Amino acid sequence: MNAILADPTWLSANEIAASIAGGATTASAVIDATLKRIEKLDPALNAFTDVVATRARDRARALDAQLTGGSSPGPLAGVPFAVKNLFDIAGLPTRAGSKINRDRPAATRDAILIERLEAAGAILVGGLNMGEYAYDFTGENDHDGNAANPHDLSRMTGGSSGGSGGAVAAGLVPIALGSDTNGSIRVPASFCGLFGLKPTYGRLSRSGTFPFVANFDHLGPLARTTLDLAASYDAMQGPDPTDHACAQRPVEPVTPLLERGISGLRIGVAGGYFQNGLGPEARMAVDHVTSALGATRTVDVPEAARARAAAFLITTTEAASLHLDRLRTRAADFDPAVRDRLLAGTMIPASITGRAQKFRRWYRGEVLQLFDSVDAILASATPITAPLIGQQTFLHDGKEIPLRANIGIYTQPISFIGLPVVAVPVPLQPLPIAVQIITAPWREDVGLAIAHALERAGAAGAPRPKI
Amino acid sequence: MPAAADKCDCFTTYIESSAALLDLVIRPEWMQGVQTNLEISLRFACLLEQFPLPDETEPAPVYEA
Repeated sequence: MNAILADPTWLSANEIAASIAGGATTASAVIDATLKRIEKLDPALNAFTDVVATRARDRARALDAQLTGGSSPGPLAGVPFAVKNLFDIAGLPTRAGSKINRDRPAATRDAILIERLEAAGAILVGGLNMGEYAYDFTGENDHDGNAANPHDLSRMTGGSSGGSGGAVAAGLVPIALGSDTNGSIRVPASFCGLFGLKPTYGRLSRSGTFPFVANFDHLGPLARTTLDLAASYDAMQGPDPTDHACAQRPVEPVTPLLERGISGLRIGVAGGYFQNGLGPEARMAVDHVTSALGATRTVDVPEAARARAAAFLITTTEAASLHLDRLRTRAADFDPAVRDRLLAGTMIPASITGRAQKFRRWYRGEVLQLFDSVDAILASATPITAPLIGQQTFLHDGKEIPLRANIGIYTQPISFIGLPVVAVPVPLQPLPIAVQIITAPWREDVGLAIAHALERAGAAGAPRPKI
Repeated sequence: MPAAADKCDCFTTYIESSAALLDLVIRPEWMQGVQTNLEISLRFACLLEQFPLPDETEPAPVYEA
């Protein structure tokens, strides 16, 4: 075994799988090295809340035995991965970033997406830190401690899939799963410098995960390469009757389509709302990607500010409804920042959220019309690069505004209507930031092809942190 | 309600009354955080209310029997 394979730190999932399938290394060696790196680095990163070492080693041994016996290894054979701790992991209570949920019985079965990744040969190594009940854009957590950004440990990972961002950016695993209700995959992808995929609403099953806002909840992967993003996404696709929102669509593999290029694609840049308040790094990143793609047209996303407002209102009321009993009985056990938002959410009249849902229907119709004239729309993922942990405000359009509620200003109007988005990292120094590639429903293939082209051209990529 | 909220100094009363009706306990040290979040939501509600929609507009979620 060569030295590189003994340390899979920065190998992609595809490289790991190919090395194992080709006999250059074993799944057991990869998992051992992964667990050692987690043990060494995670005390500073705080990305993991649970490491399932015994389970991972057992699976690796079984996989190696299958390979020795001549079985087909699967496209993700031996690839370590981890999941935000709102995914059910058999044998563990699904904490969803909370103190309260630790009192729940242990899950008896893995989430469907874990099962699907493992069916493709991947190996789960643990559960990841997250903002409480996913109501978070920071990666901070009052109970488990804050996830730290591998590019600067004093800074936020972004949230709520904070551990997912930190673990992949630090090279602890090549793939992690997160959830994205208002931006919780795209924000950590931006702050940690990763590729992230928020698929179309209903594309990936949410069965076996703890909910936040059923109207907007999506699951998806974060990775350091577009190939890994596509491979993991392909392995997780498919209908699931146990998630009422999961679409009855066949698996539509995107990996074979990545190399087809982007010639002929019409790419626009979101103007207006999405240009207002961009920090200098965000503007630089959008300009950089726009230039690399030769995009010249500006697209006006109508009423994006109201879309964001409506998303905010549906989120706070639906989440408050979900947690009402816990607010009655265990309010003091919530993360204070989350508790106050949820308590306020219980007091919003239904007449307001009804209107928000009507607006959502109108807005969806207007935005879908934009895809008659463009195939993809570019917009910054976040207004700024990773803030300091504990930071409460940031400058936006010359005004100091609360950080926690506003990091997702550019992501919320998109997930509000379930459009697929690929976040692509622009490796600025000293901190990266991501740009969203937004496409029409069910056209993840277009966003991933554009992301792949940017990666191939060196215009986007996950920077390696100095840790 | 949202437009009126800007001119209203009734937040404390509203929060305390709502909490009582919903069987929620809000400790004194939580009040400011709850009020701040409620104010943010009501500002967003005001923005939404300024946008006229036809009565016939269907809400986004569609139930399939």
